[in-house]
Amino acid sequence: MTAPVIRMDRVTRRFGANVLAVDNMTLDIQPGEFVSFLGPSGCGKSTALKMIAGLLPVSAGTIEIAKSTGASEHDLAFVFQEPTLMPWATVFDNVFLPLRLAGMKRREAEPRVMAILAEVGLTKFAQSYPRTLSGGMKMRVSIARAMVTRPRILLMDEPFAALDEMTRSKLNNDVVRLAKELGLTVIFVTHSVFEAVYLSTRIIVMAARPGRVAADIPMQTPWPRDENWRTSPAFATEAQRVSDILKGTLHVDDLDH
Amino acid sequence: MSTTLTTEETGAPINTEQEARERRERLLSWLMPIAMLAAAIGYWEWAVWYFEVPRYLIPAPSVIAKTLITDGPSLMVSAWFTVKLTFMSLLLAVIGGVILGGIFALSRTIELSLFPFAVILQVTPVVAIAPLILIYVHSTFAALLICAWIVAFFPILSGTVVGLRSADHNLRDLFTLYRATPWQRLRFLLAPSALPQFMSALKVAGGLSLIGAVVAEFVAGAAGQNTGLASRIIESSFRSEIPRMFAALVLVSLLGIVIFFLTSWASRRVLGHWHESELRREH
Repeated sequence: MTAPVIRMDRVTRRFGANVLAVDNMTLDIQPGEFVSFLGPSGCGKSTALKMIAGLLPVSAGTIEIAKSTGASEHDLAFVFQEPTLMPWATVFDNVFLPLRLAGMKRREAEPRVMAILAEVGLTKFAQSYPRTLSGGMKMRVSIARAMVTRPRILLMDEPFAALDEMTRSKLNNDVVRLAKELGLTVIFVTHSVFEAVYLSTRIIVMAARPGRVAADIPMQTPWPRDENWRTSPAFATEAQRVSDILKGTLHVDDLDH
Repeated sequence: MSTTLTTEETGAPINTEQEARERRERLLSWLMPIAMLAAAIGYWEWAVWYFEVPRYLIPAPSVIAKTLITDGPSLMVSAWFTVKLTFMSLLLAVIGGVILGGIFALSRTIELSLFPFAVILQVTPVVAIAPLILIYVHSTFAALLICAWIVAFFPILSGTVVGLRSADHNLRDLFTLYRATPWQRLRFLLAPSALPQFMSALKVAGGLSLIGAVVAEFVAGAAGQNTGLASRIIESSFRSEIPRMFAALVLVSLLGIVIFFLTSWASRRVLGHWHESELRREH
Protein backbone atom coordinates (compact mmCIF):
# COMPACT_ATOMS: atom_id res chain seq x y z
CA MET A 1 0.00 0.00 0.00
CA THR A 2 1.36 3.42 -0.97
CA ALA A 3 1.45 6.35 1.41
CA PRO A 4 -1.86 8.21 1.62
CA VAL A 5 -2.18 11.58 -0.06
CA ILE A 6 -4.51 12.85 2.61
CA ARG A 7 -4.51 11.62 6.16
CA MET A 8 -7.16 12.83 8.57
CA ASP A 9 -6.52 11.88 12.17
CA ARG A 10 -9.30 12.35 14.75
CA VAL A 11 -10.33 15.62 13.13
CA THR A 12 -12.98 17.58 14.98
CA ARG A 13 -14.62 20.86 14.15
CA ARG A 14 -16.88 22.79 16.49
CA PHE A 15 -18.96 25.85 15.64
CA GLY A 16 -19.64 27.74 18.87
CA ALA A 17 -20.14 25.79 22.06
CA ASN A 18 -22.91 23.43 20.98
CA VAL A 19 -22.51 22.51 17.33
CA LEU A 20 -20.21 19.61 16.60
CA ALA A 21 -19.96 19.81 12.80
CA VAL A 22 -17.35 17.07 12.43
CA ASP A 23 -16.58 14.66 15.24
CA ASN A 24 -13.45 12.58 15.44
CA MET A 25 -13.06 11.87 11.74
CA THR A 26 -10.21 9.54 10.79
CA LEU A 27 -9.60 8.77 7.14
CA ASP A 28 -6.74 7.89 4.79
CA ILE A 29 -7.08 8.69 1.12
CA GLN A 30 -4.78 6.99 -1.37
CA PRO A 31 -3.39 8.54 -4.56
CA GLY A 32 -5.77 8.22 -7.50
CA GLU A 33 -8.83 7.47 -5.43
CA PHE A 34 -12.13 9.09 -6.35
CA VAL A 35 -13.81 9.45 -2.98
CA SER A 36 -17.34 10.74 -2.46
CA PHE A 37 -18.48 12.21 0.83
CA LEU A 38 -22.15 11.26 0.83
CA GLY A 39 -24.67 12.35 3.41
CA PRO A 40 -27.66 14.51 4.33
CA SER A 41 -27.45 18.26 4.93
CA GLY A 42 -25.62 19.12 8.10
CA CYS A 43 -23.51 15.96 8.25
CA GLY A 44 -20.31 17.99 8.04
CA LYS A 45 -19.24 16.83 4.59
CA SER A 46 -18.60 20.34 3.29
CA THR A 47 -16.96 21.32 6.57
CA ALA A 48 -14.62 18.33 6.28
CA LEU A 49 -13.76 19.34 2.71
CA LYS A 50 -13.04 22.94 3.68
CA MET A 51 -10.77 21.75 6.48
CA ILE A 52 -8.83 19.60 4.02
CA ALA A 53 -8.52 22.64 1.74
CA GLY A 54 -7.23 24.68 4.66
CA LEU A 55 -10.14 27.11 4.41
CA LEU A 56 -11.38 26.23 7.89
CA PRO A 57 -9.15 25.50 10.89
CA VAL A 58 -9.63 22.21 12.74
CA SER A 59 -10.76 22.38 16.36
CA ALA A 60 -8.82 19.23 17.18
CA GLY A 61 -6.91 16.51 15.35
CA THR A 62 -4.61 16.79 12.35
CA ILE A 63 -4.86 16.76 8.59
CA GLU A 64 -1.75 15.84 6.65
CA ILE A 65 -1.38 16.34 2.93
CA ALA A 66 1.57 14.53 1.36
CA LYS A 67 4.26 16.80 -0.06
CA SER A 68 4.13 17.40 -3.78
CA THR A 69 6.71 15.91 -6.08
CA GLY A 70 5.36 17.04 -9.44
CA ALA A 71 5.53 20.32 -11.32
CA SER A 72 2.38 22.03 -10.16
CA GLU A 73 1.87 25.66 -9.17
CA HIS A 74 -0.70 24.55 -6.72
CA ASP A 75 -1.27 21.09 -5.39
CA LEU A 76 -4.79 21.43 -4.27
CA ALA A 77 -7.73 22.73 -6.24
CA PHE A 78 -11.25 23.46 -5.10
CA VAL A 79 -14.50 23.60 -7.06
CA PHE A 80 -17.35 25.31 -5.25
CA GLN A 81 -21.06 24.59 -5.41
CA GLU A 82 -21.52 27.76 -7.45
CA PRO A 83 -19.21 28.44 -10.39
CA THR A 84 -17.68 31.31 -8.35
CA LEU A 85 -16.35 33.21 -11.34
CA MET A 86 -15.27 36.84 -11.38
CA PRO A 87 -18.07 38.53 -13.39
CA TRP A 88 -15.80 41.42 -14.45
CA ALA A 89 -13.24 39.11 -16.06
CA THR A 90 -13.36 37.09 -19.27
CA VAL A 91 -13.37 33.30 -19.28
CA PHE A 92 -9.66 33.42 -20.14
CA ASP A 93 -8.86 35.73 -17.22
CA ASN A 94 -10.91 33.62 -14.83
CA VAL A 95 -8.97 30.50 -15.75
CA PHE A 96 -5.68 32.44 -15.77
CA LEU A 97 -6.28 33.65 -12.19
CA PRO A 98 -4.52 30.86 -10.24
CA LEU A 99 -1.45 31.13 -12.47
CA ARG A 100 -1.48 34.92 -12.22
CA LEU A 101 -1.61 34.65 -8.43
CA ALA A 102 1.37 32.28 -8.65
CA GLY A 103 3.26 35.09 -10.39
CA MET A 104 3.03 33.85 -13.97
CA LYS A 105 2.93 36.31 -16.88
CA ARG A 106 -0.02 36.26 -19.25
CA ARG A 107 2.03 35.32 -22.30
CA GLU A 108 3.71 32.50 -20.44
CA ALA A 109 0.38 31.15 -19.19
CA GLU A 110 -1.55 31.49 -22.42
CA PRO A 111 -0.80 28.04 -23.91
CA ARG A 112 -1.69 26.38 -20.61
CA VAL A 113 -4.95 28.28 -20.26
CA MET A 114 -5.96 27.64 -23.87
CA ALA A 115 -5.11 23.94 -23.55
CA ILE A 116 -7.31 23.48 -20.52
CA LEU A 117 -10.11 25.51 -22.13
CA ALA A 118 -9.90 23.16 -25.12
CA GLU A 119 -10.09 20.24 -22.69
CA VAL A 120 -13.44 21.47 -21.35
CA GLY A 121 -14.65 22.56 -24.81
CA LEU A 122 -14.66 26.32 -24.26
CA THR A 123 -11.96 27.49 -26.70
CA LYS A 124 -14.45 29.67 -28.55
CA PHE A 125 -15.58 31.37 -25.36
CA ALA A 126 -12.17 32.48 -24.07
CA GLN A 127 -13.04 36.15 -24.52
CA SER A 128 -16.66 35.88 -23.33
CA TYR A 129 -17.86 37.18 -20.01
CA PRO A 130 -19.39 34.72 -17.52
CA ARG A 131 -22.87 36.29 -17.72
CA THR A 132 -23.16 35.20 -21.35
CA LEU A 133 -22.59 31.51 -20.49
CA SER A 134 -25.05 28.84 -19.41
CA GLY A 135 -24.88 27.27 -15.94
CA GLY A 136 -23.09 24.19 -17.25
CA MET A 137 -20.55 26.24 -19.17
CA LYS A 138 -19.81 28.36 -16.12
CA MET A 139 -19.19 25.20 -14.16
CA ARG A 140 -16.78 24.00 -16.85
CA VAL A 141 -14.88 27.29 -16.56
CA SER A 142 -14.71 26.68 -12.84
CA ILE A 143 -13.33 23.17 -13.42
CA ALA A 144 -10.81 24.51 -15.98
CA ARG A 145 -9.64 27.08 -13.43
CA ALA A 146 -9.18 24.33 -10.86
CA MET A 147 -7.18 22.17 -13.28
CA VAL A 148 -4.94 24.87 -14.75
CA THR A 149 -2.38 24.64 -11.94
CA ARG A 150 -2.01 20.88 -12.58
CA PRO A 151 -3.12 19.93 -9.07
CA ARG A 152 -2.79 16.44 -7.59
CA ILE A 153 -5.85 16.81 -5.42
CA LEU A 154 -9.22 18.06 -6.57
CA LEU A 155 -11.82 18.94 -3.95
CA MET A 156 -15.38 19.41 -5.19
CA ASP A 157 -18.17 20.72 -2.98
CA GLU A 158 -21.50 19.60 -4.50
CA PRO A 159 -20.38 21.15 -7.77
CA PHE A 160 -23.30 20.07 -9.94
CA ALA A 161 -26.16 20.32 -7.44
CA ALA A 162 -27.73 23.31 -9.19
CA LEU A 163 -27.54 21.93 -12.73
CA ASP A 164 -30.10 20.07 -14.81
CA GLU A 165 -29.85 16.31 -15.16
CA MET A 166 -28.43 16.25 -18.70
CA THR A 167 -25.70 18.79 -18.01
CA ARG A 168 -24.93 17.13 -14.75
CA SER A 169 -24.42 13.70 -16.26
CA LYS A 170 -22.20 15.15 -18.99
CA LEU A 171 -20.06 17.01 -16.48
CA ASN A 172 -19.85 13.86 -14.34
CA ASN A 173 -18.24 12.09 -17.28
CA ASP A 174 -15.92 15.05 -17.94
CA VAL A 175 -14.67 15.08 -14.37
CA VAL A 176 -14.05 11.34 -14.31
CA ARG A 177 -12.22 11.55 -17.65
CA LEU A 178 -9.99 14.40 -16.42
CA ALA A 179 -9.35 12.65 -13.11
CA LYS A 180 -8.35 9.47 -14.94
CA GLU A 181 -6.17 11.25 -17.53
CA LEU A 182 -4.33 13.38 -15.01
CA GLY A 183 -4.16 10.81 -12.23
CA LEU A 184 -5.97 13.05 -9.77
CA THR A 185 -7.09 12.24 -6.29
CA VAL A 186 -10.62 13.56 -6.00
CA ILE A 187 -12.89 14.18 -3.06
CA PHE A 188 -16.42 14.81 -4.25
CA VAL A 189 -19.06 16.03 -1.84
CA THR A 190 -22.61 15.13 -2.83
CA HIS A 191 -25.99 14.26 -1.39
CA SER A 192 -26.94 12.20 -4.43
CA VAL A 193 -26.55 8.46 -4.03
CA PHE A 194 -26.63 7.95 -7.81
CA GLU A 195 -23.90 10.47 -8.43
CA ALA A 196 -21.71 8.98 -5.71
CA VAL A 197 -22.20 5.42 -6.98
CA TYR A 198 -21.51 6.35 -10.59
CA LEU A 199 -18.41 8.45 -9.94
CA SER A 200 -16.54 6.98 -7.03
CA THR A 201 -14.02 4.30 -6.30
CA ARG A 202 -14.94 4.70 -2.66
CA ILE A 203 -17.89 6.23 -0.83
CA ILE A 204 -17.67 7.70 2.66
CA VAL A 205 -21.18 7.84 4.07
CA MET A 206 -21.50 10.55 6.68
CA ALA A 207 -24.13 10.98 9.39
CA ALA A 208 -25.32 14.17 11.07
CA ARG A 209 -25.43 15.40 14.67
CA PRO A 210 -22.60 15.08 15.23
CA GLY A 211 -21.10 14.92 11.74
CA ARG A 212 -19.12 11.70 11.50
CA VAL A 213 -18.10 8.85 9.19
CA ALA A 214 -20.91 6.29 9.28
CA ALA A 215 -19.61 3.86 6.64
CA ASP A 216 -16.61 3.48 4.37
CA ILE A 217 -17.68 1.62 1.23
CA PRO A 218 -15.11 0.59 -1.40
CA MET A 219 -16.78 0.24 -4.80
CA GLN A 220 -16.10 -3.05 -6.58
CA THR A 221 -17.16 -2.08 -10.09
CA PRO A 222 -14.22 -1.22 -12.40
CA TRP A 223 -13.58 2.53 -12.77
CA PRO A 224 -14.17 4.64 -14.80
CA ARG A 225 -17.63 3.48 -15.71
CA ASP A 226 -19.51 4.34 -18.86
CA GLU A 227 -23.01 5.57 -19.63
CA ASN A 228 -24.27 1.99 -20.21
CA TRP A 229 -23.46 1.06 -16.67
CA ARG A 230 -25.64 3.90 -15.40
CA THR A 231 -28.72 2.15 -16.79
CA SER A 232 -27.69 -1.41 -15.90
CA PRO A 233 -29.22 -3.58 -13.14
CA ALA A 234 -25.75 -3.72 -11.52
CA PHE A 235 -25.87 0.04 -11.03
CA ALA A 236 -29.35 -0.20 -9.51
CA THR A 237 -28.15 -2.88 -7.09
CA GLU A 238 -25.14 -0.81 -6.01
CA ALA A 239 -27.28 2.30 -5.60
CA GLN A 240 -29.77 0.30 -3.49
CA ARG A 241 -26.96 -1.02 -1.28
CA VAL A 242 -25.48 2.44 -0.66
CA SER A 243 -28.92 3.93 -0.22
CA ASP A 244 -29.78 1.38 2.48
CA ILE A 245 -26.59 2.16 4.36
CA LEU A 246 -27.32 5.89 4.08
CA LYS A 247 -30.89 5.43 5.32
CA GLY A 248 -29.62 3.51 8.32
CA THR A 249 -27.69 6.59 9.40
CA LEU A 250 -30.56 9.07 9.11
CA HIS A 251 -32.46 10.58 11.99
CA VAL A 252 -36.19 10.93 11.46
CA ASP A 253 -35.93 14.72 11.25
CA ASP A 254 -33.11 14.62 8.65
CA LEU A 255 -35.72 14.02 5.99
CA ASP A 256 -36.99 17.57 6.40
CA HIS A 257 -33.82 18.99 4.93
CA MET B 1 -15.73 41.00 -46.04
CA SER B 2 -17.97 39.48 -48.67
CA THR B 3 -19.13 36.74 -46.28
CA THR B 4 -20.19 39.31 -43.74
CA LEU B 5 -22.23 41.07 -46.37
CA THR B 6 -23.95 37.86 -47.42
CA THR B 7 -24.80 36.99 -43.84
CA GLU B 8 -26.24 40.40 -43.32
CA GLU B 9 -28.21 40.07 -46.50
CA THR B 10 -29.66 36.69 -45.62
CA GLY B 11 -30.61 37.90 -42.16
CA ALA B 12 -32.05 41.04 -43.68
CA PRO B 13 -35.83 40.82 -43.13
CA ILE B 14 -35.66 40.30 -39.37
CA ASN B 15 -32.53 42.37 -38.83
CA THR B 16 -33.63 45.51 -40.60
CA GLU B 17 -36.95 45.52 -38.85
CA GLN B 18 -35.33 45.10 -35.48
CA GLU B 19 -32.60 47.58 -36.30
CA ALA B 20 -35.14 50.09 -37.49
CA ARG B 21 -37.04 49.73 -34.24
CA GLU B 22 -33.88 50.13 -32.21
CA ARG B 23 -32.87 53.20 -34.23
CA ARG B 24 -36.33 54.66 -33.69
CA GLU B 25 -36.07 54.03 -29.96
CA ARG B 26 -32.62 55.59 -29.79
CA LEU B 27 -33.82 58.61 -31.70
CA LEU B 28 -36.88 58.93 -29.48
CA SER B 29 -34.78 58.74 -26.32
CA TRP B 30 -32.97 61.89 -27.53
CA LEU B 31 -35.78 63.58 -29.32
CA MET B 32 -38.47 63.40 -26.64
CA PRO B 33 -36.54 65.15 -23.82
CA ILE B 34 -35.22 67.80 -26.23
CA ALA B 35 -38.68 68.40 -27.69
CA MET B 36 -40.27 68.66 -24.24
CA LEU B 37 -37.58 71.03 -23.03
CA ALA B 38 -37.96 73.17 -26.15
CA ALA B 39 -41.74 73.21 -25.69
CA ALA B 40 -41.40 74.28 -22.05
CA ILE B 41 -38.99 77.09 -22.96
CA GLY B 42 -41.30 78.13 -25.81
CA TYR B 43 -44.28 78.26 -23.46
CA TRP B 44 -42.24 80.27 -20.96
CA GLU B 45 -41.28 82.78 -23.66
CA TRP B 46 -44.89 83.04 -24.85
CA ALA B 47 -46.36 83.31 -21.34
CA VAL B 48 -43.98 86.09 -20.32
CA TRP B 49 -44.90 88.02 -23.44
CA TYR B 50 -48.63 87.27 -23.28
CA PHE B 51 -49.14 88.07 -19.56
CA GLU B 52 -46.66 90.92 -19.77
CA VAL B 53 -44.63 89.69 -16.84
CA PRO B 54 -42.03 92.32 -15.93
CA ARG B 55 -38.42 91.17 -16.45
CA TYR B 56 -37.52 91.90 -12.81
CA LEU B 57 -39.97 89.16 -11.80
CA ILE B 58 -39.49 86.49 -14.45
CA PRO B 59 -37.33 87.30 -17.47
CA ALA B 60 -38.12 85.60 -20.78
CA PRO B 61 -35.68 82.93 -21.97
CA SER B 62 -34.61 85.23 -24.81
CA VAL B 63 -33.64 87.93 -22.28
CA ILE B 64 -31.67 85.36 -20.26
CA ALA B 65 -29.89 84.23 -23.42
CA LYS B 66 -29.05 87.87 -24.25
CA THR B 67 -27.69 88.38 -20.74
CA LEU B 68 -25.61 85.23 -21.11
CA ILE B 69 -23.99 86.78 -24.15
CA THR B 70 -23.55 90.36 -22.90
CA ASP B 71 -22.33 89.30 -19.44
CA GLY B 72 -20.58 86.29 -20.93
CA PRO B 73 -16.96 87.19 -20.09
CA SER B 74 -17.56 88.00 -16.42
CA LEU B 75 -19.95 85.05 -15.97
CA MET B 76 -17.42 82.70 -17.56
CA VAL B 77 -14.77 83.77 -15.06
CA SER B 78 -17.18 82.94 -12.27
CA ALA B 79 -18.24 79.68 -13.92
CA TRP B 80 -14.61 78.63 -14.21
CA PHE B 81 -14.14 79.35 -10.50
CA THR B 82 -17.11 77.11 -9.65
CA VAL B 83 -15.94 74.40 -12.04
CA LYS B 84 -12.49 74.39 -10.42
CA LEU B 85 -14.00 74.33 -6.94
CA THR B 86 -16.44 71.51 -7.78
CA PHE B 87 -14.01 69.23 -9.58
CA MET B 88 -11.19 69.74 -7.13
CA SER B 89 -13.46 68.96 -4.20
CA LEU B 90 -14.74 65.88 -6.02
CA LEU B 91 -11.20 64.76 -6.79
CA LEU B 92 -10.12 65.25 -3.18
CA ALA B 93 -13.26 63.44 -2.00
CA VAL B 94 -12.40 60.49 -4.24
CA ILE B 95 -8.79 60.39 -3.08
CA GLY B 96 -9.66 60.79 0.59
CA GLY B 97 -12.71 58.52 0.47
CA VAL B 98 -10.91 55.70 -1.33
CA ILE B 99 -7.82 55.82 0.89
CA LEU B 100 -9.81 56.01 4.12
CA GLY B 101 -12.33 53.45 2.82
CA GLY B 102 -9.46 51.07 2.03
CA ILE B 103 -8.04 51.51 5.52
CA PHE B 104 -11.50 50.98 7.06
CA ALA B 105 -12.00 47.82 5.05
CA LEU B 106 -8.61 46.49 6.15
CA SER B 107 -8.99 47.28 9.83
CA ARG B 108 -12.16 47.02 11.82
CA THR B 109 -10.50 48.76 14.79
CA ILE B 110 -9.57 51.84 12.78
CA GLU B 111 -13.04 51.93 11.29
CA LEU B 112 -14.72 51.77 14.68
CA SER B 113 -12.50 54.52 16.06
CA LEU B 114 -12.70 56.90 13.09
CA PHE B 115 -16.23 56.32 11.84
CA PRO B 116 -17.84 58.64 14.43
CA PHE B 117 -15.80 61.54 13.02
CA ALA B 118 -16.93 60.75 9.51
CA VAL B 119 -20.55 60.59 10.68
CA ILE B 120 -20.28 63.89 12.60
CA LEU B 121 -18.85 65.56 9.49
CA GLN B 122 -21.65 64.12 7.42
CA VAL B 123 -24.64 64.91 9.64
CA THR B 124 -23.65 68.45 10.56
CA PRO B 125 -25.05 70.69 7.80
CA VAL B 126 -22.25 72.31 5.84
CA VAL B 127 -24.07 75.64 6.13
CA ALA B 128 -23.52 75.46 9.88
CA ILE B 129 -19.81 74.60 9.68
CA ALA B 130 -18.90 76.93 6.84
CA PRO B 131 -18.71 80.19 8.87
CA LEU B 132 -16.23 78.54 11.26
CA ILE B 133 -14.10 77.23 8.43
CA LEU B 134 -14.11 80.70 6.86
CA ILE B 135 -12.79 82.12 10.13
CA TYR B 136 -10.04 79.52 10.55
CA VAL B 137 -8.88 79.20 6.95
CA HIS B 138 -7.31 82.29 5.52
CA SER B 139 -7.68 81.55 1.78
CA THR B 140 -11.28 81.80 0.66
CA PHE B 141 -10.78 79.23 -2.08
CA ALA B 142 -9.31 76.74 0.39
CA ALA B 143 -12.18 77.34 2.81
CA LEU B 144 -14.77 76.80 0.08
CA LEU B 145 -12.92 73.71 -1.08
CA ILE B 146 -13.04 72.23 2.41
CA CYS B 147 -16.80 72.87 2.64
CA ALA B 148 -17.53 71.24 -0.73
CA TRP B 149 -15.20 68.37 0.12
CA ILE B 150 -17.01 67.62 3.38
CA VAL B 151 -20.27 67.19 1.49
CA ALA B 152 -18.86 65.01 -1.31
CA PHE B 153 -16.53 62.92 0.81
CA PHE B 154 -18.96 60.81 2.80
CA PRO B 155 -20.77 58.99 -0.04
CA ILE B 156 -17.40 58.02 -1.54
CA LEU B 157 -16.18 56.76 1.82
CA SER B 158 -19.24 54.66 2.58
CA GLY B 159 -19.51 53.42 -1.01
CA THR B 160 -15.89 52.31 -0.95
CA VAL B 161 -16.21 50.59 2.43
CA VAL B 162 -19.40 48.73 1.49
CA GLY B 163 -17.96 47.90 -1.95
CA LEU B 164 -14.71 46.50 -0.61
CA ARG B 165 -16.69 44.34 1.81
CA SER B 166 -19.06 43.01 -0.83
CA ALA B 167 -16.67 40.56 -2.50
CA ASP B 168 -18.16 37.08 -2.91
CA HIS B 169 -17.15 34.88 0.05
CA ASN B 170 -16.36 31.89 -2.16
CA LEU B 171 -14.06 34.05 -4.28
CA ARG B 172 -12.40 35.19 -1.05
CA ASP B 173 -11.88 31.53 -0.15
CA LEU B 174 -10.44 30.91 -3.60
CA PHE B 175 -7.91 33.70 -3.14
CA THR B 176 -7.01 32.29 0.27
CA LEU B 177 -6.57 28.84 -1.25
CA TYR B 178 -4.20 30.20 -3.89
CA ARG B 179 -2.30 32.15 -1.23
CA ALA B 180 -2.90 35.54 -2.81
CA THR B 181 -0.87 38.39 -1.31
CA PRO B 182 -2.86 41.28 0.22
CA TRP B 183 -1.98 43.39 -2.81
CA GLN B 184 -3.19 40.71 -5.26
CA ARG B 185 -6.37 40.33 -3.24
CA LEU B 186 -6.98 44.08 -3.38
CA ARG B 187 -6.16 44.41 -7.07
CA PHE B 188 -7.84 41.33 -8.52
CA LEU B 189 -10.75 40.79 -6.12
CA LEU B 190 -11.65 43.61 -3.74
CA ALA B 191 -11.23 46.59 -6.07
CA PRO B 192 -13.29 45.14 -8.96
CA SER B 193 -15.95 43.95 -6.49
CA ALA B 194 -16.13 47.47 -5.05
CA LEU B 195 -16.55 49.18 -8.41
CA PRO B 196 -20.38 49.04 -8.66
CA GLN B 197 -20.84 50.65 -5.23
CA PHE B 198 -18.01 53.06 -5.87
CA MET B 199 -19.44 54.20 -9.19
CA SER B 200 -22.89 54.85 -7.74
CA ALA B 201 -21.23 56.74 -4.88
CA LEU B 202 -19.33 58.79 -7.46
CA LYS B 203 -22.59 59.74 -9.17
CA VAL B 204 -24.01 60.96 -5.85
CA ALA B 205 -20.80 62.71 -4.84
CA GLY B 206 -20.57 64.46 -8.22
CA GLY B 207 -23.91 66.16 -7.64
CA LEU B 208 -23.10 66.86 -4.01
CA SER B 209 -19.76 68.49 -4.75
CA LEU B 210 -21.54 71.09 -6.87
CA ILE B 211 -24.16 71.65 -4.18
CA GLY B 212 -21.35 71.92 -1.62
CA ALA B 213 -19.48 74.44 -3.73
CA VAL B 214 -22.56 76.60 -4.28
CA VAL B 215 -23.78 76.44 -0.68
CA ALA B 216 -20.32 77.23 0.68
CA GLU B 217 -20.09 80.28 -1.52
CA PHE B 218 -23.53 81.46 -0.45
CA VAL B 219 -22.43 81.26 3.16
CA ALA B 220 -19.10 82.93 2.44
CA GLY B 221 -20.92 85.62 0.48
CA ALA B 222 -17.61 86.29 -1.17
CA ALA B 223 -17.59 89.31 -3.45
CA GLY B 224 -15.05 90.61 -5.90
CA GLN B 225 -13.34 89.40 -9.02
CA ASN B 226 -12.27 85.96 -8.05
CA THR B 227 -15.56 84.36 -7.14
CA GLY B 228 -17.96 81.74 -8.42
CA LEU B 229 -21.46 81.57 -9.84
CA ALA B 230 -23.14 81.55 -6.44
CA SER B 231 -21.66 84.95 -5.59
CA ARG B 232 -22.89 86.22 -8.97
CA ILE B 233 -26.38 85.09 -8.02
CA ILE B 234 -26.28 86.83 -4.62
CA GLU B 235 -24.75 89.95 -6.12
CA SER B 236 -27.38 90.13 -8.88
CA SER B 237 -30.11 89.59 -6.32
CA PHE B 238 -28.86 92.58 -4.30
CA ARG B 239 -28.87 94.70 -7.46
CA SER B 240 -32.20 93.27 -8.63
CA GLU B 241 -30.57 92.16 -11.88
CA ILE B 242 -32.93 89.23 -12.22
CA PRO B 243 -31.94 88.21 -15.79
CA ARG B 244 -28.32 87.92 -14.64
CA MET B 245 -29.45 85.78 -11.70
CA PHE B 246 -31.20 83.48 -14.13
CA ALA B 247 -28.19 83.44 -16.44
CA ALA B 248 -25.91 82.35 -13.58
CA LEU B 249 -28.51 79.78 -12.55
CA VAL B 250 -28.55 78.36 -16.08
CA LEU B 251 -24.79 77.95 -15.93
CA VAL B 252 -24.97 76.18 -12.55
CA SER B 253 -27.60 73.80 -13.95
CA LEU B 254 -25.50 73.17 -17.04
CA LEU B 255 -22.52 72.34 -14.86
CA GLY B 256 -24.67 69.92 -12.86
CA ILE B 257 -25.87 68.25 -16.06
CA VAL B 258 -22.30 67.92 -17.35
CA ILE B 259 -21.24 66.30 -14.08
CA PHE B 260 -24.21 63.94 -14.23
CA PHE B 261 -23.36 62.86 -17.77
CA LEU B 262 -19.66 62.52 -17.01
CA THR B 263 -20.20 60.28 -14.00
CA SER B 264 -22.86 58.23 -15.80
CA TRP B 265 -20.51 57.81 -18.75
CA ALA B 266 -17.66 56.76 -16.46
CA SER B 267 -19.92 54.24 -14.75
CA ARG B 268 -20.99 52.75 -18.07
CA ARG B 269 -17.39 52.58 -19.25
CA VAL B 270 -16.25 50.77 -16.13
CA LEU B 271 -19.24 48.46 -15.51
CA GLY B 272 -20.91 48.23 -18.92
CA HIS B 273 -19.43 44.89 -19.92
CA TRP B 274 -20.30 42.97 -16.79
CA HIS B 275 -22.42 44.59 -14.11
CA GLU B 276 -26.20 44.18 -14.02
CA SER B 277 -26.79 47.89 -13.34
CA GLU B 278 -25.15 49.03 -16.58
CA LEU B 279 -25.94 46.16 -18.94
CA ARG B 280 -27.92 46.94 -22.04
CA ARG B 281 -30.67 44.38 -22.35
CA GLU B 282 -31.42 42.89 -25.70
CA HIS B 283 -35.18 42.72 -26.05
